[in-house]
Parts: sequence; structure tokens; C-alpha cells
Amino acid sequence: MAPVSIPSFESFYEANQDAVLRELRRLLGRDAEDAYQETFLRALRGYGRLRNADNLRAWVLTIARRVAADHYRRREATPEPAEPERDSRPAYAELGDLAEELPRKERAAVVLRYGYDLSYAAIGAALGSSEDAARQAASSGVRRLRRRMQ
Amino acid sequence: MTVSPTLDKRFREAAAAAGLLDVAYDLAETPVGMLLVATTGRGVCRISYDPQPEREVESLARTFGVRVLRAARPIDPVRHQLDEYFDGKRTEFELPLDLRHQAPFSRDVLKRLARVPYGQVTTYGTLAAEAHRPKAARAVGVVMNRNPVPIVLPCHRVVGASGSLVGYAGGLDRKQLLLELEGSLQRRLDV
Repeated sequence: MAPVSIPSFESFYEANQDAVLRELRRLLGRDAEDAYQETFLRALRGYGRLRNADNLRAWVLTIARRVAADHYRRREATPEPAEPERDSRPAYAELGDLAEELPRKERAAVVLRYGYDLSYAAIGAALGSSEDAARQAASSGVRRLRRRMQ
Repeated sequence: MTVSPTLDKRFREAAAAAGLLDVAYDLAETPVGMLLVATTGRGVCRISYDPQPEREVESLARTFGVRVLRAARPIDPVRHQLDEYFDGKRTEFELPLDLRHQAPFSRDVLKRLARVPYGQVTTYGTLAAEAHRPKAARAVGVVMNRNPVPIVLPCHRVVGASGSLVGYAGGLDRKQLLLELEGSLQRRLDV
């Protein structure tokens, strides 16, 4: 058997579970707990194929951001009834309102980029397009918003 | 901020239920101390007297695959049968075992060991002779010492030709306790 430099999933999980939950809380608020399980199940699916143990933290945080982006897309698909407590709304919700009239793809890119702080690579993955296309969609969305606000 | 025990447990059980693990393990409390019990999809692959899981977990990862995770439910059948055994209500374990990484001689000896009945003892030399290696009593001793699933595979029922307990990977106190539980130690001393 080839020498294994990858630690057991148990030790990887213990070392990263708090960081993942923290990141998901930041991105999703109260939906973080569902996304937590999904993130580690996805990580577990890929874990047996890892070839080196470099940057496992960065790797699992990327998965967490993709899961968050998927959750956000699902939330978009089934809009929730208007929330009464406007004060406590997170930044991405406000941005969602602001960007409401943008074309769908630009809107998603703007909200994921500026409301959720996702990388363009993660946004591309979430929208089923490339990193470049995601960057373009976000910047043309921002330009459109600027024009409207003038 | 830390992950709540509920959230943690939910993920662990979901991972096991989804069949994504190479090995599931948990700790089991018994009269001979805290045991680490591990199982693969094929069966029980390790029972360890070492209550420090870290080293054992990394060893399981090297042997069976890196997707090793602590999860209670896959271990429940083993826990249940161990409880019955220690309550004196079970004399035979009905558990599939995963011995795929054992060398052929070890596997052969372990399979013969599995047939030594509750309440009886045999000797290293007898097992060696049964495995067609009559001079290999010491090698049988090594196999017993490295038995991956003690208690379930009853290496505690193997003693020296003189009747002395000889040795036990989990310590002689435990060997003595298991033989007393099975009623064989008392009987042997009466002879």
C-alpha cells in the first residue's frame, strides 16, 4: 500500500469543524447548520481521492462556500414571504433588494460577490459558468446599478 | 463558537448511513475497560484496549482507507453483543469480521481460534498443530498478541502447555477476568 500522507477523516474533521461552521454562519446565518452537514458530506465524498494534505483548510472552506452559494440559489428560487423585522436583515438581503431589477445572472453574481463575499471561482461554480463569466456578470451588474442610481 | 453536540452527531450518523466511510469506530464501555471498536462495510475490523484513540485511528486509516470517522450507530450491534457477553448471556458472537489484511497464516490461525468454545481453553501448541505447523507455537503466540479483534476472537482462551496464562496483549489481569467470567479459570485450577 502506498504511504498515506493524508490524515484520517476524523482528525481532518475535528481540526476544521469550527472554522467551517463559522464561515457558513457568516455566509448563511440561520441556514448554516443544514449547510454544515452538506459541506462535510461533500468533503467526505472527495476525501478518498485526495493526493496530498496541503491546504485542507482552504479546500474545505471552498466546499463550504460552494454549498452556501447553492443554498443561496435555492433561496432565490423559492422566495420567502417578506420579513417583518427589517432591522435585523443581513447585508446580502439588502443587496438583494437593491439588485432586484437586474437580469437574473447579474443579480446573482452581484449578491454572491458583495453580499456573500464569494470568490469569482465559487460564483462561477454556483451559476454553472466560468470564473471570468462570473466576474463579467458582477461588474456589468454593478455598472447597471450605478447608472440607475445617478 | 463551537459546533453543538447535536449538529456533530447528526453529521457523523449521516456519513455512516450514506455508506461513505471506510471505517466507523466508537468507544464501548465494558468491565475490562474502555474499548475502541471499529467496523468496515464487511465487518468488525478492530477491537483495541488502548483507550487513546488517535494512534489507533491513524493506523486504521493506513490499513483500511482514510475515511475513518467516529459514529455510534454502526458499532451498536457489537456493543450490544459485548454487553450480553459480559452479562453472561452470550457464549458466541454472531458478528461478521473483516480479516482481509491478515497474512494467510494469521488468518488461518484466527479462524481456528474462533472455534475454541466458550468456557474452554486450548494451548499455543495445539493451535499450531491444527494449522499444520506443529513447531510454530511461538508464531501462534505472536498471532494471538496481534489479534485484531480480541474478545470476539477469543485469544484469551489460549494458554501455555503448563496451564500458565503466559501473556495477553490487553494485560494478564484482563485475560484472567475473561476466563473467570467464562468459568474456565476456576475449573482449570481444580484439575
